[in-house]
Amino acid sequence: MSHEATHEDVQAGSHAAPEGGLRGVVADWSADKQAFHVPWGKAMMWIFLLSDTFIFSCFVISYMTVRYSTTMPWPNASEVFALSFGGGDPIPLILIAIMTFVLITSSGTMALAVNYGYRRDKKKTVMLMAATAALGATFVGMQAFEWTKLIVDEGIRPWGNPFGAPQFGSSFFMITGFHGAHVTAGVIYLIVVARRVANGYYDRTRGGNYEMVEIAGLYWHFVDLVWVFIFAFFYLW
Amino acid sequence: MAYVAIADRDHEAHLHDPDTFITKYIWSQDHKVIAIQYGLTAIGIGLVALVLSGLMRLQLGFPDTFSFIDPNDYYQFITMHGMIMVIYLLTALFLGGFGNYLIPLMIGSRDMVFPFMNMLSFWVYLLAVLILVASFFVPGGPTGAGWTLYPPQAISPGTPGTTWGIILMLVSLAVFIIAFTMGGLNYVTTVLQARCKGMTLMRMPLSIWGIFMATILGLLAFPALLVSAIMMILDSLLGTSFFMPAMLAAGEIASYEGGSPILFQHLFWFFGHPEVYIVALPAFGIVSDLLSVHARKNIFGYRMMVWAILAIGGLSFIVWAHHMYVSGMNPYFGFFFATTTLIIAVPTAIKVYNWVLTLWRGNIHLTVPMLFAIGFIFTFVHGGLTGLFLGNVVVDLPLSDTYFVVGHFHMVMGVSPILVVFGAIYHWFPKITGRMFNETLGKWHFWLTLLGTYSIYLPMHYLGILGVPRRYYAYGTTDFIPESAMTMNTGITISALIVAVVQLIFLYNMIWSVFRGPKADPNPWKATSLEWLTPDTPPKHGNWGPDLPVVYRWAYDYSVPGAAEDYIPQNQPPDATHKTVDDHAEAVEQAPQDDGAPQA
Repeated sequence: MSHEATHEDVQAGSHAAPEGGLRGVVADWSADKQAFHVPWGKAMMWIFLLSDTFIFSCFVISYMTVRYSTTMPWPNASEVFALSFGGGDPIPLILIAIMTFVLITSSGTMALAVNYGYRRDKKKTVMLMAATAALGATFVGMQAFEWTKLIVDEGIRPWGNPFGAPQFGSSFFMITGFHGAHVTAGVIYLIVVARRVANGYYDRTRGGNYEMVEIAGLYWHFVDLVWVFIFAFFYLW
Repeated sequence: MAYVAIADRDHEAHLHDPDTFITKYIWSQDHKVIAIQYGLTAIGIGLVALVLSGLMRLQLGFPDTFSFIDPNDYYQFITMHGMIMVIYLLTALFLGGFGNYLIPLMIGSRDMVFPFMNMLSFWVYLLAVLILVASFFVPGGPTGAGWTLYPPQAISPGTPGTTWGIILMLVSLAVFIIAFTMGGLNYVTTVLQARCKGMTLMRMPLSIWGIFMATILGLLAFPALLVSAIMMILDSLLGTSFFMPAMLAAGEIASYEGGSPILFQHLFWFFGHPEVYIVALPAFGIVSDLLSVHARKNIFGYRMMVWAILAIGGLSFIVWAHHMYVSGMNPYFGFFFATTTLIIAVPTAIKVYNWVLTLWRGNIHLTVPMLFAIGFIFTFVHGGLTGLFLGNVVVDLPLSDTYFVVGHFHMVMGVSPILVVFGAIYHWFPKITGRMFNETLGKWHFWLTLLGTYSIYLPMHYLGILGVPRRYYAYGTTDFIPESAMTMNTGITISALIVAVVQLIFLYNMIWSVFRGPKADPNPWKATSLEWLTPDTPPKHGNWGPDLPVVYRWAYDYSVPGAAEDYIPQNQPPDATHKTVDDHAEAVEQAPQDDGAPQA
């Protein structure tokens, strides 16, 4: 174990001619100690998000399946998700449009936070992460308002609703609930990381490396992206 | 700024040294301790499932004899036996147990990349097991829906355990998936990112490849089970109709409407088929290493073995509906899934040929682990061939829901992986405990288990071809089932009870050897892979002492012509192998000396 190896000694195939084709690609990619030149936490977050993608895909595909299997007509999303202001005509999807805008905006502030994190600009990083968390919390708050309206005013329940297929309510509460839980977890996650940036935790433990900001950002962008699909498949379809 | 791999940073080794008994053995973040915790828990709950199977066999072999087994009990035994064996024993033991123990040791890492999350993974797994066990003690008992938990039957009145049992089962599965995800992310990241110097992906032992691919399958397949569990919980508790069509239940119109029971089957088998390979791939990998070490020969076709693991893993996601031929499906879908199912036999056959060719002209040592590895080849070929029968739609339709299917899947994913589990435990026991087991008892254990399981499952194929249906509590007098089939059922039960009792030999051997066994050599099998080369046996916290190992070759340099011994450890530098070379110079020229990867 005490043998000091040079880098050349331990490289696969360093004494042989370079390989070409698929085998060469494999040899190159597998040759290093790390398959990807990223921190452990970032690699793990990517793998987790891949797994989470499968969860949301299963939810959305299940929703599509029951939408076809149900025997009753599917409610018209434009009517159900309409909101009127000051007694005027109801505007279809207005609340959900604002919610989507808020969430997409939070992706923008998150991207800026990552940028300033790389520049070691502690103050701006913390501010932008706080803004992201605030926008996320706003989204969850508006979702709570939407749920309240649907449950209390419209009489939609997971097991049935006056507009048509009971699967409408079941799928809606399940999918938006699961996504809302993701956003809520994300808000908490962002607050924890922002706090640690602010109080110098990463300066002490990681030599001022704010890679944790980017890892949190990955999660946040993923949650936003999922919302785009839910918006398209549930509200617009 | 140059990026420094985290494993190479100096402070890493001293991050979480345990000092008290509690941090060392209970709340431990050491992958080896977590592995043993996982292993013992899995074996413990597995013994419960073994007892349940014994009770089922008692009923089948001697109907109308045991008054304490009524039909409800029987269905509860079936359900819990299947679920425990597949998920809580095999998945947890291979990935949580062997995965945890072997990955860092075999790739030359100090620990998993996130030790705290690794510890959490075990405790959440333990919680899942406790929830599962709790369902035995609630009103109505555990669920009796069959291990596939098909709705609408699983949550409709008349099925045992619809009040509490099914809920606890689903919650326990969801908790298990959370535990598995925390562990699985660790295993995949560790293999990808924390290998020691020189340990390229194509030098990793096949055990690691198998565990690695199985973990990826788990991370992508368990989501479907999680989603179906959530939806069934909602159907059961909130009265939603995801899986529940309008129907009569117990003579009354149920409140459900418009759900899709087939949706559950698709979700379940999208998980369920990869699950077969989650159990099989680690077994494939481990058995490759056992065969190579104990035959003193390099594994035949290492690269093909790796590609076969990857191909099987990929294909396993597009074969799931072959479990659903009898549910009714478009013939073109049946054609598609039959085709993919048969294609998966190609990489699997490559693996089997390579195992056999590894043995061919090898210097075979019939040690206890080797016996189990060779036994695995037999049982796996038998179980795999009947899989080809069942993969064809027209053959599957008459055989489905008969004992042929029971014989098939017990052979291929019951007996075969369990033989590998035994082989692996015997193989790594000296490293884990620092002591040797009793070889004679091990051999008795092997022969009685192998012959016993054959005498259980081979007759089942025959019963299945006769048309004896599975999942029946009692057969009564039925014209198409001859009297001899009943006699055979009794015989199977006697074999099953003998095999169950024989496992006590194993338990006795292990427990006795942990305390009284002779001290083991650090490398008793003269193996090349890194876990045998640790400075301490059993390895201490941090595994490697002050310096991480450096790897110069693949894990299969056995019987290299001209080498001083019949194995060259992975951490032996190239120049050291030349020391004893004199008259074998020509042979050395062709030997893979400085780069283990097989050359074209």
